[in-house]
Amino acid sequence: MSQDASNAAGRGSRLARADGSLGARGLLSVMIERGIEFGLLLAALASVAVTLGIVFVLVRESAPFFAHVSLGEFLFGTEWTPLFSDPKYGIGPLLSGTFVTTTIALCVAMPAGTIVAIWLSEYAPHRIREMVKPVLELISAVPTVVFGYFALTVVTPMLQSVLARINVDLPTFNMLGPGIVMGIMIVPYVSSLSEDAMRAVPMLLREGSYALGAGRLTTALRVVFPAALSGIGAAYTLAMSRAVGETMIVAIAAGQKPTLTANPLESAATVTAYIVQVAGGDVPHGSIGYQSIFAAGLALFVVTLGFNLVGAALRRRFRQAY
Amino acid sequence: MDIERIIRRRRRNDVLFALTGATITAAVLLVLGALAFTLVREGVSRLDLDFLRSYPSRRAERAGLLPAWVGSLLVMLVTGLTGIPLGIAAGVYLEEYTRKGWFASIIELNITNLAGVPSIVYGLMALGLFVYRFHLGPSVIAAGLTLALLVLPIVIVATRETLKSIPQNMREAAYALGATRWQVVRHHLLPYSAGGISTGVIIAMSRAIGETAPLIAIGAVAFVAFLPPVPYSADAFAVAREWAGSEQLSVVEAAVYPGVAWLGTSFTVVPIQMFNWISRPGDDFRANVAAAGIVLIVATIGLNAVAILIRHRMRRRIKW
Repeated sequence: MSQDASNAAGRGSRLARADGSLGARGLLSVMIERGIEFGLLLAALASVAVTLGIVFVLVRESAPFFAHVSLGEFLFGTEWTPLFSDPKYGIGPLLSGTFVTTTIALCVAMPAGTIVAIWLSEYAPHRIREMVKPVLELISAVPTVVFGYFALTVVTPMLQSVLARINVDLPTFNMLGPGIVMGIMIVPYVSSLSEDAMRAVPMLLREGSYALGAGRLTTALRVVFPAALSGIGAAYTLAMSRAVGETMIVAIAAGQKPTLTANPLESAATVTAYIVQVAGGDVPHGSIGYQSIFAAGLALFVVTLGFNLVGAALRRRFRQAY
Repeated sequence: MDIERIIRRRRRNDVLFALTGATITAAVLLVLGALAFTLVREGVSRLDLDFLRSYPSRRAERAGLLPAWVGSLLVMLVTGLTGIPLGIAAGVYLEEYTRKGWFASIIELNITNLAGVPSIVYGLMALGLFVYRFHLGPSVIAAGLTLALLVLPIVIVATRETLKSIPQNMREAAYALGATRWQVVRHHLLPYSAGGISTGVIIAMSRAIGETAPLIAIGAVAFVAFLPPVPYSADAFAVAREWAGSEQLSVVEAAVYPGVAWLGTSFTVVPIQMFNWISRPGDDFRANVAAAGIVLIVATIGLNAVAILIRHRMRRRIKW
């Protein structure tokens, strides 16, 4: 109904004459309306243009790279040294760095975020929840370069002194410290989206569970949690995408040397750290080094796109569920 | 009977879980506290007027933040003037002008995805497009536009969420009185949603202030020992002559170029200055890093606090 009303209004019906034709003022009004609508449409299309721009630039600028390097070497090579005199173009070492830091971050963020979400949604008193949530969100407002500083100057030395007791040597640049800090940074993403999902679970389900004699914890873990699972899954995938794309923390604290390793105590560059390292140096436009960051960016974009699409699908499911 | 034991066990589990939850939450908040504490302990002695008034230097105790914070402000100005109107306009169109359909759902998916694209990828896009294809170079305007595109999804989503929360009958009442669609938006929806939209805008700006990676990608330099030219100053005219390629400026060139010369200069921003200092070997610059961190965190958390406050007041005042 509102759509009809607004369509009529959109044509400037107020200024129409009794016979249905438009006067001069009516015509002007219609033109203004149309002009504004067109302007707003352009703004909305800008967001599509951004996506197209990203894909265009990444593909276009990395095309010469892939003309030079076979896709097989890029994906399955085990050495990444594009700037050396004997260049090797296997992205494996960068991916392993990203994979290790992301895994550490998720090992921190997923359990902690989920427990915080269950606690906030099912246990915490209303007033505490209202107080804690915005403060938690402040964590995601802290610039990542500050977190990088924190990882390098506080967390790594702390880990070094702990690990020294069991005679494990931790270098200044390592993946463990920044991974943990990244995990803490992501906790609010996980907790806030998971909490939304759990609070969207209807009271009736909880009451049904209580009526069957279940306790509070059983209800939270066996009824509310599974009912909110798609929302929580969305939170997890978005957290993954966030960790994969995180740049400054790892660029500052994880080191810059591409190393194919699964050992979090070693120093290794991630995909993002490599891009920052090369872009921050003096790489001439059009050189293979310049092209290689777009190839790395393309790999990054494809991986995060996958996570984002899965996350979006899961999120839509939990929105529709009840 | 057994039931008492079951009840006791459940109580114990509840208490245990509540304790775990509270402890983890407290631990996460404690990290935030530790972060703030470290910054203050390391940096507060370095943070004085001279620090904010000085240019960068090779000597840590003389190096300052002046070009960085001026650069941050100018970049934010460009971001705000372009990203905010664009985002609000797009949000209004998507919420008030489109019908649900394939077009709307494609744009919706597109925006959700854009919000999750790593910021460094925006930087690469800007490097290929703004810096090289449009020949803007690593300038204030290239940086501002990059961050504008980066925060676009945040502004769009905030605008749409706020518009969505305005009840349908407000629109119908206005239409019934003969308002056109734009009049409904202009005179009713935008004023009602001012609070919600400005919350989103502030959060978007606070995000942009702290962004480092995309600006490194477009080639922002860390060592900037000058300020962008003040509009219509002698420096600005010098830049204008350079752009025009001749000593003699035409009337239009003389009117426009010196006014926008600052947009075309190279720049640095606070987070990049911080990254530069932190990447230096040795500990000399650690105090500077922390001091710059304090400036940055006061700006971002301050903006977020304002946003939270506005949201809180709006929630109390407006009851549909």
